[in-house]
Amino acid sequence: MTDIAAPVPAREPTLLRLLKGILLLRESTVGMIGAGLVLFWVLMAIFADLIAPFPPNATIYPLAMPGTTVPEIGTFWLGTDHIGRDILSRIIHGSRQVLLYAPLATFCAYMVGIPMGLAAGYRRGMTDDVLSFIANVILSFPVLVLYIIIIATIGASAANIVIAVTFASAPGIFRIVRGLVLDLRNREYVFAAETRGETPWRIMLIEILPNARGPLIVDACLRVGYVIITIGVLGFLGLGLPPPDPDWGGMINETRQMAMTFPHMTVFPCIAISSLVLGFNLLADGLREVSLRD
Amino acid sequence: MVVSTRLQDYDGPILECRNLSISYFTRAGEIPAVVDFNLTLNKGDSVGLVGESGCGKSTVAMAIMQYLGNNGGIVGGEVIYKGIDLASLSREELRQLRGNEIAMIYQEPMAALNPSMRLGQQLMEVPLCHEEITEKEAYERAVEILAAVNLPDPERVMNSYPHQISGGQQQRVVIAMALLSNPSLLLLDEPTTALDVTVEAGIVELIGQIAERFDTSMIYISHNLGLILATCDRVNVMYSGVVVEHGTVEEVFDHMRHPYTKGLFSCIPLPGADKTAHPLVPIRGQLPLPHERPVGCYFAPRCDFFQEGVCDRAIERGTIPMATVDDRSGHEVRCLRWQEIDWESYRPEGLSGESVTSGEVVLSVREMRKYYELADNSLVALIRGKRVRYVKANERISFDARECETVAIVGESGCGKSTFAKVLMGLETASDGEVVFKDQEIGKLPVQKRSPAQIGSMQMIFQNPFDTLNPSHTVGAQLARVIKKFGVETDKDKIQERVIQLLDLVKLPREFARRRPRQLSGGQKQRVGIARAFAGNPAMVVADEPVSALDVSVQAAITGLLMEIQRSYRTTLLFISHDLSLVRYLADRVVVMYLGQIMEQGTTDEVFSPPYHPYTEALLSAVPIADTSIEKKRIILEGNLPSVMNPPRGCPFHTRCPRKIGRICEAEPPPFVEAAPGHVILCHIPMDELRRVDPVFVQTAKDKSAAE
Repeated sequence: MTDIAAPVPAREPTLLRLLKGILLLRESTVGMIGAGLVLFWVLMAIFADLIAPFPPNATIYPLAMPGTTVPEIGTFWLGTDHIGRDILSRIIHGSRQVLLYAPLATFCAYMVGIPMGLAAGYRRGMTDDVLSFIANVILSFPVLVLYIIIIATIGASAANIVIAVTFASAPGIFRIVRGLVLDLRNREYVFAAETRGETPWRIMLIEILPNARGPLIVDACLRVGYVIITIGVLGFLGLGLPPPDPDWGGMINETRQMAMTFPHMTVFPCIAISSLVLGFNLLADGLREVSLRD
Repeated sequence: MVVSTRLQDYDGPILECRNLSISYFTRAGEIPAVVDFNLTLNKGDSVGLVGESGCGKSTVAMAIMQYLGNNGGIVGGEVIYKGIDLASLSREELRQLRGNEIAMIYQEPMAALNPSMRLGQQLMEVPLCHEEITEKEAYERAVEILAAVNLPDPERVMNSYPHQISGGQQQRVVIAMALLSNPSLLLLDEPTTALDVTVEAGIVELIGQIAERFDTSMIYISHNLGLILATCDRVNVMYSGVVVEHGTVEEVFDHMRHPYTKGLFSCIPLPGADKTAHPLVPIRGQLPLPHERPVGCYFAPRCDFFQEGVCDRAIERGTIPMATVDDRSGHEVRCLRWQEIDWESYRPEGLSGESVTSGEVVLSVREMRKYYELADNSLVALIRGKRVRYVKANERISFDARECETVAIVGESGCGKSTFAKVLMGLETASDGEVVFKDQEIGKLPVQKRSPAQIGSMQMIFQNPFDTLNPSHTVGAQLARVIKKFGVETDKDKIQERVIQLLDLVKLPREFARRRPRQLSGGQKQRVGIARAFAGNPAMVVADEPVSALDVSVQAAITGLLMEIQRSYRTTLLFISHDLSLVRYLADRVVVMYLGQIMEQGTTDEVFSPPYHPYTEALLSAVPIADTSIEKKRIILEGNLPSVMNPPRGCPFHTRCPRKIGRICEAEPPPFVEAAPGHVILCHIPMDELRRVDPVFVQTAKDKSAAE
């Protein structure tokens, strides 16, 4: 009985547990559709060079309708735009931009919002008052105006889009985290940590934050979707990624005046944005559904 | 209206359940929750359903209401209400029955009342919905029924919102609501579990009167055998989805036949008996999950009378049949060997109860006060210039705790016992007075300023097993962190060794180190909680209601474990509890608190026998006791617990005291009077008078053979 030499077996590797978590999603049809859509665009972005039939920025054959086959050049499945670039290739390459900057911007927003929310929710008092006030001030601006002011001030570039999105989304994340922490800080395991003299940051990061991960993961999925729309809107306003690199919002903006005559030039980028956003939203729904079961 | 006419002029049994089987359908398949349930309830009868959590007692109530939800269903048998098979009724007909003919009372009164509606409106809804009646009549009926459930000032209650009245009053309103339409059947699902003992006593008395005053039949669901004794005529003891024993309360309580019933009674401490005469005997093992029930007798793996080939033989209908013990009284038992068991010579191995000698004083609290400051924004405060009010959470707390001693702090919610624990642990600092722990003043030392050794030598066991462990980390990691933090061990392998030692100490399998809290049962989690508290070899452990959230059979095991570890480590245990039976069982000394003040303190025997403080006397009389041979005094406290924000002047207890002697109680704080060396009572009543009070519990010499 007192054979103390018996080892405590090592815990499962993190990767394996993550994989098991993903497999749980199979039980939600909605979640699977969402995951499929997202995965589709991720594969497009990774293998863009192999899949895209034409170089994205090359002027080839102007004003071709979808499905036009030009001998010795090839078929333009989704047509070409007013300066002769293949829309399908531009959409495929454009997914790279979106799938790089949207998650990156969301991640940065979380990196700012989480510590603020933890501090406000755990310490309360003055810290909470000050941080909540700042968040409320930012949230009281119309988001679009805020973006225009930021981008117009610091200039349009990929990095600045990330900064702008971080600035505008962090207050929302702050509020979610703060709400979760206000509930979790009253758990007895937090008291237990306090009674053994743990530092506040250890309590916040090790004892509280892991238990808030469920709602935060769901929120992150939704938020990536909104950021994709934001990047699209910025592109549409001409504040997006600088041309000529393909950008879905930019593509809509460049061709919108011809939308009545050549609807394909605007409709297909719109569908691309919608499908990816829908994918993330459905994925979030699926994750929520799965997490609510036992 | 068809149903109601069919129900008139009916005089047979109110409710019959015949071979009722209920299952839930989940992803894992069909889970049989209740199997072969039989019950006959006559007019004016009250039947108790008693059992531990997960035994299916609430499922039975839901099935009677035909309210099992989407994933539950009756898979066999029938529920017959006044001669009508409820399964044959349409949704609309059932709606007429529910609330009108059959009413239900739930555990949480606050959840049963709509917080945004005045109580009057909610009460009037019931008759307005079920009967053709004017608003005025409905209002009068509501006022009448509120008076009938002993609510003072019914008109004011009618005009209040739920949050404006106390928990006990809320539950009275819920009971009034259930009685409004004069139902024939009342289902009560743990109606007093969320209430304080003294409040519970009042509700139990009310429930006891319902049957005769309203001619209502009752099904009373509880885990507490004492409450069943106080309210019911007959009792069904349930275990793992089946009734294992059924009979009149006297038969079952005095001449139990089923080993589980016997086990259940051995698990609860009785305030009449001390730990050596009546040792607690925990039931070993765990309640099986519904889909993991053993073949044959469901209790077999935990039974001391298990016989291979008899108890584990597969049975065609799934469970073993009920055997009739006594035809006349209807005493039945679901045991194959009930006639062979010799209860006379059965002496189960109880928890060892030998007393230990206490040593040096470890903790000494002198005149400790803890006030919370509260900004007062009222106009009066503005004019007077006093912007700060004080909440006196702890006032003049003085007592000592010695090495290896168990000191119980007893009191109802809001009496300041948790605040006191926080001051000890350093989560709050004392406003005044001193707290000396191992010759060091710690009252004004917040936990951040204490040394790891100081922190490690005073640790806490928490109340809620589902909340005490962090769900995100493994049991092993959480224990290892504590060991490292207290500087017990620093080497990684040594820490793992110590984790295993701790798991052995609390009798958990070693592989639990890898498990996450959600894979553990409530009792197992609480064991880990105990291991965590003892990780730093503490000199003192503060246990805040450590077993109150657990089932009775688990409670006994955890209590036993705690006492065993405490003795072997010679740790001082500060046991915060409201369960006086348990306190009587394990404490050496008792401190009774009311509204932040100590009202009485002394050794356990001194506190549990006269002279009593009137509050102690009321507390003791409120404890439900599952022993038919004990007669206790009935003292029901009137009025509400006053708010700590605005405590009464003079003696804090004078507003509810049944022995109040007059003006002096309202004007002057009571003096410290020593009834015996160390036994202090704070009361204005002269000691000679207090000494003449009769004891609360009286053992009646009962003729055991008469019942046979």
